[in-house]
Amino acid sequence: MHDFESHIFASDNSLVLQSGEKLESYVLAYNTYGKLNRKKSNAILICHALTGDQHVANQHPVTHKPGWWEKIVGPGKAIDTQIYFVICINCLGGCQGSTGPASIDPATQRIYGLNFPIVTIADMVHAQCQLVNYLGIEKLLCVIGGSMGGMQVLQWAASYPERLRAAIPIATSSRHTPQNIAFHEVGRQAVIADNHWHAGRYQEYNVSPKKGLAVARMVAHVTYLSEDVLQEKFGRNLQERTDLTYGFDADFQIESYLRHQGVSFVDRFDANSYLYLTRAMDYFDLVKDFNCSLNAIFKQSQVKFCVISFTGDWLFPSSESKKIAHALAFSGVHVSFVEIDSEKGHDAFLLNEPEMFSVIKGFIVACEEKES
Amino acid sequence: MKEVNLNQRSDYDVIITLLRQQTKKAKVLDIGCGNGELLYKLVTKLHIDGRGLEIDQSLVNEAVARGLAVIQGDVNTDLPEYDERIFDCVILSQTIQATLEPKILLEKLVKIGQYVIVSFPNFGYWKLATYLLLRGRMPISKTLPFEWYNTPNIHLCTIKDFFNLCDECNVDIVQAYAIKKNGKAIIINRDSTMLLHWQGLFAKQAVFMLKEKV
Repeated sequence: MHDFESHIFASDNSLVLQSGEKLESYVLAYNTYGKLNRKKSNAILICHALTGDQHVANQHPVTHKPGWWEKIVGPGKAIDTQIYFVICINCLGGCQGSTGPASIDPATQRIYGLNFPIVTIADMVHAQCQLVNYLGIEKLLCVIGGSMGGMQVLQWAASYPERLRAAIPIATSSRHTPQNIAFHEVGRQAVIADNHWHAGRYQEYNVSPKKGLAVARMVAHVTYLSEDVLQEKFGRNLQERTDLTYGFDADFQIESYLRHQGVSFVDRFDANSYLYLTRAMDYFDLVKDFNCSLNAIFKQSQVKFCVISFTGDWLFPSSESKKIAHALAFSGVHVSFVEIDSEKGHDAFLLNEPEMFSVIKGFIVACEEKES
Repeated sequence: MKEVNLNQRSDYDVIITLLRQQTKKAKVLDIGCGNGELLYKLVTKLHIDGRGLEIDQSLVNEAVARGLAVIQGDVNTDLPEYDERIFDCVILSQTIQATLEPKILLEKLVKIGQYVIVSFPNFGYWKLATYLLLRGRMPISKTLPFEWYNTPNIHLCTIKDFFNLCDECNVDIVQAYAIKKNGKAIIINRDSTMLLHWQGLFAKQAVFMLKEKV
């Protein structure tokens, strides 16, 4: 455990969203670690994934678990908080303090629910940029993140190339694939099918669609793991029993594990937020948004990229990352591409991957040296 | 090639000398760049704008940690679709002998680079020839330390072979050097068949600077 500060940023400006709708006001909850230096040149923005939040390297206030990236962020770690000023922002649409569907709509004084406008990855990044402006940081040393966080990294580099020196998109893609969308849709339909969802107004009934959200989490969790991991970790092992029960209890360890993942998730996550954030990922498509090829989006970019992927990730396959890296290389951008040999699946970027740690550390240090 | 003994890399010196002739800040692609040793030298000494491609992950990691722009990938399948002449120079240092289609690759590279520098171990070196002659087995040396069945060097050639390849491809030879055992590089003289043969026997490695025939 180490020093961190939790803040709330309340924007004075309204935010026009990609959909055309407008958020008159919004807040972003964020944590910082380390100290911003005098030149304000040591700031690293970490973008969290779908179910992550701003508690990247401190004990989570709800679950009391360690921060989701404590393996990599902290004093003496790859992203060393004794050297860098680390910012992690709960994304717009999230449910850990930033404005989202569970917030109060100032126009009606009721909880937004489905009246909350659809937000996109670009909207999240535009809001983050307002916060970075507020902190007086002209140029971030680095923007880094995995999965949905990686989408934000790409969006940062595409929308605000002059505001960051280095970008590290991990286990991500420049557009959500139909397979990704399909799994998200299954999750959303599970939430919506729950009787307690009440067309998104569940708070007014003092209930929550826990069962639906838990199922959504279970499905999603399977997509984060590789078949190898399932085989190795669980096999066909039985859960605290010696034989099958010939019923629908969680006979197998994998069933018990998934049920646990589902149940523990609903205590810390808002169901509507899950709908909105998965939608934001589905809508992500840089080529469509910029109406030109990836090559053209990043042409002449001065941002230095380090694209990282994992061989065992079938949700955001390495081929997607390679495509990004090749487009950047083709555009003459300074790009490194590292494919890490790991059979842990999509979740690998959250786990102990020493190769990834050393690449990130070396890359950031090198970017820092070159600029100073 | 990572397997090549590093203290024998006098081809690096030749490559650096060749690139020093470039007046402007050159944009260079090093294919099979290993841990980026050469690229790092070029970036720090000659201030070139360097890019690399390397298949081995741990070597890519080392290169990236040095601040180099290196893409992990297999040159046979992962060479990005670059524009013509996007690089001032493309380097294939001790790599061509390990590629699947050297001829097709060479033809591709002279398009994306103004110049292409190729260095390779010379299979016509007298020691290798003698090894084969006297022992009757595929030569194994410090530079080529593999058995025939596990070598990545699937397309070995002699200096004369390489001249022939250049003739067959649409490639002009700008300069050609033979590197002797003592690390000294001499300009290869192709005009005299005898001299070429002699130089080929005593060259451990060769470095060719090529460009597309126009």
